[in-house]
Amino acid sequence: MPVPLLSIRGLSKSYGAVHANRGIDLTVEKGSIHAILGENGAGKSTLMKLIYGVESPDAGQVSWQGKPVRPTSPAEARKLGIGMVFQHFSLFETLTVVENISLIVPGRTAALVTRIRDLGREYGLEVDPRAHVHSLSVGERQRVEIIRCLMTDPDLLILDEPTSVLPQQSVARLFDTLRRLRDRGVSILFISHKLEEIRAICDHATILRDGAVTGTVDPRDHDATDLATMMIGRDMPALPPATAHKPGKVALELAGLDHTPDDPFGQPLSKVALRLHQGEVLGIAGVSGNGQAELARLISGEVTLPDHRAAEVLMLGQAAGDLGAAARRALGFAFVPEERLGRGAVPEMSLADNTLLTAHRAGLVRRGMIDRAREAQFTATCIRDFDVRTPGPRTEAGALSGGNLQKFIVGREIMLAPRLLFVSQPTWGVDIGAATAIRRRLVAMRDAGAAVLIISEEIEELFEICDRVQVLNAGRLSPSMKVRDIRVEDVGRHMIGAAEGGAA
Amino acid sequence: MNLAGYRLARRDKASRKLAVVAPVVALLLSIALNFALYMAMGKNPVAVFQAMLIEPVISWPAFSEVLLKMTPLLLIAQGLAAGFRAKVINIGAEGQFILGAIFASAVPVWFPQISGLWVWPLMIVLGGIGGMLWAVVPAIWRVRLNASEILVTLMMSLIAAQLLNFLLVGPWKDPMGFNFPQSVIFPLDATLPLILPGTRVNVALAIALIWSVACWVYLQRSFQGYQLMVGGLAPQAAGYAGYSQSRAVWMSLLIGGLAAGLAGASEVAGPVGQLQRSIASGYGYSAIIVAYLGGLHPVGIVFSSLLIAILYIGGDNAMVSAGLPVAAVRVFQGSLLVCYLAAITLVRYRVIREPKGIRA
Repeated sequence: MPVPLLSIRGLSKSYGAVHANRGIDLTVEKGSIHAILGENGAGKSTLMKLIYGVESPDAGQVSWQGKPVRPTSPAEARKLGIGMVFQHFSLFETLTVVENISLIVPGRTAALVTRIRDLGREYGLEVDPRAHVHSLSVGERQRVEIIRCLMTDPDLLILDEPTSVLPQQSVARLFDTLRRLRDRGVSILFISHKLEEIRAICDHATILRDGAVTGTVDPRDHDATDLATMMIGRDMPALPPATAHKPGKVALELAGLDHTPDDPFGQPLSKVALRLHQGEVLGIAGVSGNGQAELARLISGEVTLPDHRAAEVLMLGQAAGDLGAAARRALGFAFVPEERLGRGAVPEMSLADNTLLTAHRAGLVRRGMIDRAREAQFTATCIRDFDVRTPGPRTEAGALSGGNLQKFIVGREIMLAPRLLFVSQPTWGVDIGAATAIRRRLVAMRDAGAAVLIISEEIEELFEICDRVQVLNAGRLSPSMKVRDIRVEDVGRHMIGAAEGGAA
Repeated sequence: MNLAGYRLARRDKASRKLAVVAPVVALLLSIALNFALYMAMGKNPVAVFQAMLIEPVISWPAFSEVLLKMTPLLLIAQGLAAGFRAKVINIGAEGQFILGAIFASAVPVWFPQISGLWVWPLMIVLGGIGGMLWAVVPAIWRVRLNASEILVTLMMSLIAAQLLNFLLVGPWKDPMGFNFPQSVIFPLDATLPLILPGTRVNVALAIALIWSVACWVYLQRSFQGYQLMVGGLAPQAAGYAGYSQSRAVWMSLLIGGLAAGLAGASEVAGPVGQLQRSIASGYGYSAIIVAYLGGLHPVGIVFSSLLIAILYIGGDNAMVSAGLPVAAVRVFQGSLLVCYLAAITLVRYRVIREPKGIRA
């Protein structure tokens, strides 16, 4: 048997109490396209950082072409012959393509231009070397990043979620490039959670869950449902909630919303339609980066629609598309964003001052002046009722652990007694005890008649607390499914965009 | 950041004690630095500091001059601090100050015989309006065109200086003034009443102190002041809560412009007594130092404006008695700000030592 290009045994890495990688084994052959598959937070990025020398492992062994190595910086990894293209590009927009490349690759400009053209022809990566980066499309920028890696003649190319930023037609072209590279002996580590793509191009797949390898397979021999089960986990959630509620009035309705975000890396939304009633929990499943952040901002009012499209968002009986965040809150809407520090709370301010952020409308401000006594009272109640572990209301929000801060923010929003509560990633990074407490609170809100909308990556969580789920994938929202009637796999298929393809 | 095995780590909580100690440490540190500088220049540092820091505060006549200098600094810095908290960086207070002076001067220039007790309050009000109007331009540009208010306010200051020149060599020149670029000398009722007998300290000091209280209430107690602070500390959180960014820009620039305009008016109607070129002596820029040195806190700014005023008066003393060049005072101000910015870092960060041998 030939010596594998890269061989990893028992690689582990912890960040504090979080075991990001636990005893990972991985073997990459020469001339192979090898998928690393896993949900967000499964440890894919950590593993790549360990291989590329961005982080150093706590334990384990990395062998490169049979010899043990321990790269301590990306520069060392590049010297070995490892190149990496990150999900977010590191190009200077005001410079031209060749100027960007010459920052890393030595050589005269004219010679670089020739090499860029040659590589472009050879691998289908055509791009004008003299063009300014800001004028290039996302696909072209990715080509520049790949060319930059190829300039150093790597034996292994790591691509972190390369298709997540690409429109569909560019994906086929990228795959063509990757196959050509493989045919010339370059190995590729392809990080993704899109099962159909992996089945289309990869010959090996290593599946990660919770920082550990749960399977090493040839993806061409398995269907998407199999892969999804390995990726998501076998343990099916407990019983769906016993709901006998008659749905009440419509609290939120999106009728076929199209939206292109200002951010060029944002995910455009296409024909997003949902309807949520009072006394109901609707979950939006799917892997982050498929439009979750964009959808959240459109619902919260942090991004507004122009006047003539106001009716595309109906909130609590009113056309709200053109209303800002404050105006929507005035209708009886409350929101917990996925970023706690810097968005849901101001890290440098005390908990008491962070109460004021959205709870000012609960009588904490009188004639434009802050009522400190009421502010303190509200904060104390929130800390007590939601079991926020903190030295006191004067502690800065930035000093709280993620779970405690989340309890505080959820508590603050629930205490506003909203008729429509929207929570994005309610239990991300929250320990199990706190997560259970938060879920119970959300269900209690529903039982009290509020409409609750939840965006979450954790399917088990959605099955536990939602009445219905819809899946957001590549900016499209699936039809609504009653949780009682479906299994995790059904959601999984929508998550990976395989439901329409009939691959399962 | 990593320097020879040391790095900065964020504190869980900003230390309130250190926030008060930091400016004092900065002052001592800059005294030490300048001590060395004066030695190198061949001056007697003890004599210099005697003239610079001690003499202005030990005699009443000198201290009253300090209070006079402190007034415009206090007014402007309080106004700027509101904007700085919201990260709306108005560095054009100098221009707004000039416009305040021009607006206030319009009354005695156009009506040289004017009299009545209402004249000086009218001038003060007009001055405030003038300063605000000059700040409207950068506000519109920022809100409508997203143009950096830092650049626009600065450039508006240059325009203001030219406008002042134009008026003083042209339409507003005193016809009896031997062709000097200055306006008529203001009549008595167009100057501010003195409040401390035997000194030049006028009613503007009282206005500045009332203004400080108003700023304290606005920044520390009002919901709008809170919103400004949220916008400066965490713009995403302000967007999440639905606070209007354009209102923050407008309020910041208008408050800053109003304050600078008041200061400009009280300068021409106060110690100067006429409109002349030299009124633009850099109060608008020094007030930036004052605001930061005071920790952008209304109480801190009262102390920092006093300190910088002492340095102004003391610097003049030192030039006369110790033969110090005029630049030395600026150097002292500058080193004070640098030392403060270094010291303030330690309020939020602490230095920790990196363990050795972490690399394999």
